[in-house]
Amino acid sequence: MGSMNLLLLADGRFPAGGHAHSGGMETAVATGGVSDLASLHAFLIGRLATAGLAAAGLAAAACTTKHPWDALDAESDARIPSPALREVSRRQGRLLLRAARALWPGSVLDDLGAACGGTPAGARPSVHLVGPHHPVAMGAAAAAAGLEPLDAARAAVFNAVTGPASAAVRLLGLDPLAVHRLLAEMAPDMDDSAHCAAAGSGGPLDALPCPGSILLDLYAQRHALAEGRLFAS
Amino acid sequence: MPPETPPDRLRPLRVGVGGPVGSGKTALVAALCRMLAERLHIGVVTNDIYTTEDADFLRSQGVLDDNRIRAVQTGCCPHTAIRDDISENLEAVEELETRLAPLDLVLLESGGDNLTATFSQGLVDRQIFVLDVSGGDKVPRKGGPSVTSADLLVINKIDLAPMVGADLEVMRRDSVARRGDRAMIFSSLRKTDGAGEIAEWILSEVAQWAKPSSVRG
Amino acid sequence: MRSRSRIAASWSNGRTRLDCIRSCAPIHLRDTPDGVYLVGGAAGPLGGDDLLLEIEVESGATLVVRSAAASLALPGTGGASTVVINTRVAAGACLYWLPEPLIACLGCNHRILIRAVVEAGATVVWRDELILGRRGEMPGGVSNRIDVTLAGRPLIRNELRVGPGAPGWDGPAVAGKAAAIGSLIVISPELAHEPAPPVRLGPTAGILPLQGPAALATAAAADGRELRAVLETAQHLLAG
Ligand SMILES: Nc1nc2c(ncn2[C@@H]2O[C@H](COP(=O)(O)OP(=O)(O)OP(=O)(O)O)[C@@H](O)[C@H]2O)c(=O)[nH]1
Ligand SMILES: [Mg+2]
Repeated sequence: MGSMNLLLLADGRFPAGGHAHSGGMETAVATGGVSDLASLHAFLIGRLATAGLAAAGLAAAACTTKHPWDALDAESDARIPSPALREVSRRQGRLLLRAARALWPGSVLDDLGAACGGTPAGARPSVHLVGPHHPVAMGAAAAAAGLEPLDAARAAVFNAVTGPASAAVRLLGLDPLAVHRLLAEMAPDMDDSAHCAAAGSGGPLDALPCPGSILLDLYAQRHALAEGRLFAS
Repeated sequence: MPPETPPDRLRPLRVGVGGPVGSGKTALVAALCRMLAERLHIGVVTNDIYTTEDADFLRSQGVLDDNRIRAVQTGCCPHTAIRDDISENLEAVEELETRLAPLDLVLLESGGDNLTATFSQGLVDRQIFVLDVSGGDKVPRKGGPSVTSADLLVINKIDLAPMVGADLEVMRRDSVARRGDRAMIFSSLRKTDGAGEIAEWILSEVAQWAKPSSVRG
Repeated sequence: MRSRSRIAASWSNGRTRLDCIRSCAPIHLRDTPDGVYLVGGAAGPLGGDDLLLEIEVESGATLVVRSAAASLALPGTGGASTVVINTRVAAGACLYWLPEPLIACLGCNHRILIRAVVEAGATVVWRDELILGRRGEMPGGVSNRIDVTLAGRPLIRNELRVGPGAPGWDGPAVAGKAAAIGSLIVISPELAHEPAPPVRLGPTAGILPLQGPAALATAAAADGRELRAVLETAQHLLAG
């Protein structure tokens, strides 16, 4: 049952709002950084090695359910210097948690919901701010679905790479077959990243990877203020 | 379902406003807010490609406070955001409902799309589909899920009908053939009270919704 | 070469006193009225070097660390070079780490690990500048990881990697076409009262408020001079 649930969780059609996020691609396109297949490839490789790896490490650690949720939350904050990205991460995490609870109800996700404030009917003003970070929700959802930390890392990496790739298809009108071939070429690297991220999932949280990326952080800040944007991030 | 979703009826009526690009969705939302502001507490979620000019427009019209409007980006896929993956919209709707409680009505304008775009039942309680005459009088005949299943079909810009050679009688007949006795209203939002009949429809739906004993349609 | 150096500052009799200033080659430390200087005796970290610098600043004291000139990360026969900086900054203490840039030379393989344990109420200004190769040269591999905990909570963990072995580093997601990258972290009790706003400092530079009384200025610049200008603006905005 495990691998089927992994396919469900990683599917771009999973109803948790992922389709509306470009992972920095909209700003990269707007500023000319990505304009064709070659620059898309360079973007995706960089995103995999930075945001993708960081998310995968957190997701794998969360999937062990051994670490306290608040510690994972703090470790996530520390790995996301852009305030716009922290907000996006929490929003996506909240939506993922909601969807995952509908699919795989149980104590893992209930605990996470309770730990990160949830959205009880009474909690009015904070509704916009609470919610687990996306990689933490991803790891918890994977655990609730009976998956392993390596699967959680795979889902996180897959999400980090395919989200911006499909945004590029929509924004630049690139040939979807060519873009998917590129993804297939990257598959071994994506697997390596997932293994690397999952290797430390049971160890101390400060040892999880924390690769940064200057431009993704700055793109996110810029995007949050952009006029007429098509994607939420 | 997550326990945090308030039970139906304790929340406002959610009405989706869909329709092709430029048919008059924003004009309708603005008109409804203007006409109903005195009687209902309203929040608006827009999936339009939202700029500060849009916000400025609504604000300058005195239609609605800025904090009552939420913009949701749909990543180039307007129909996905109202039908297949409603989570961003649902989140925006719930945020408004929580922050501005108690609301009576939430209007959700979808991005302009085609005749097959419908709202998910998980997102809205009623849907309005806005067509305009300039697309030609054959549009209702084409049908499509939105024309057939919307709770209210609005055929807008009838002031332009003579200019584009659209026969309103043909549109009415085709629409009845497609929709049976479901509601259909002709409008011209250029006129001051051009949305009057639509506002009446909304008011009766809100009244139905709020009635504790009412059975959901 | 293995080396262990240490600086410890405390507050006594109304002024900052250096309780310890221990240099171990190739690191040379010199106390000046302007701060403690890292003086480049040797060229800089060479492959095989394993250098440790400990910095402790006690409550009330202010320590400024600078360097006289840019340092070069060079390849060597001994494999990777590593610099570890362990810092502890007590409540009410101030640490300014403002050295000249590090230049990542062709073929280098250099790691920097900065660990800062900062108590609530401390002030820290920490600048890192990395020039990506000498003029016209491709940079070697450098990884710069900074881990700061503030009041026991992780504030920032950020590892920047460039050069061969850092996939996509010069692509449009990471550092683009930059020839110099850098950051400035400011932690200050004043930012608790008035949090830093996000500020754009140019097309590829900006101030990112962190989760806590702190902010990170980050920049990908065309050269070292532009980088310095941006980080100085950020320092002015964040730390007066
Ligand atoms: N003549 C005429 N023009 C109208 C009428 N209703 C709206 N318009 C105009 O039609 C144009 C498009 O109206 P909008 O309300 O922006 O249409 P929309 O459906 O929100 O468009 P998108 O959100 O871009 O899909 C505007 O210039 C309106 O002023 C009408 O009844 N008659
Ligand atoms: Mg509109």
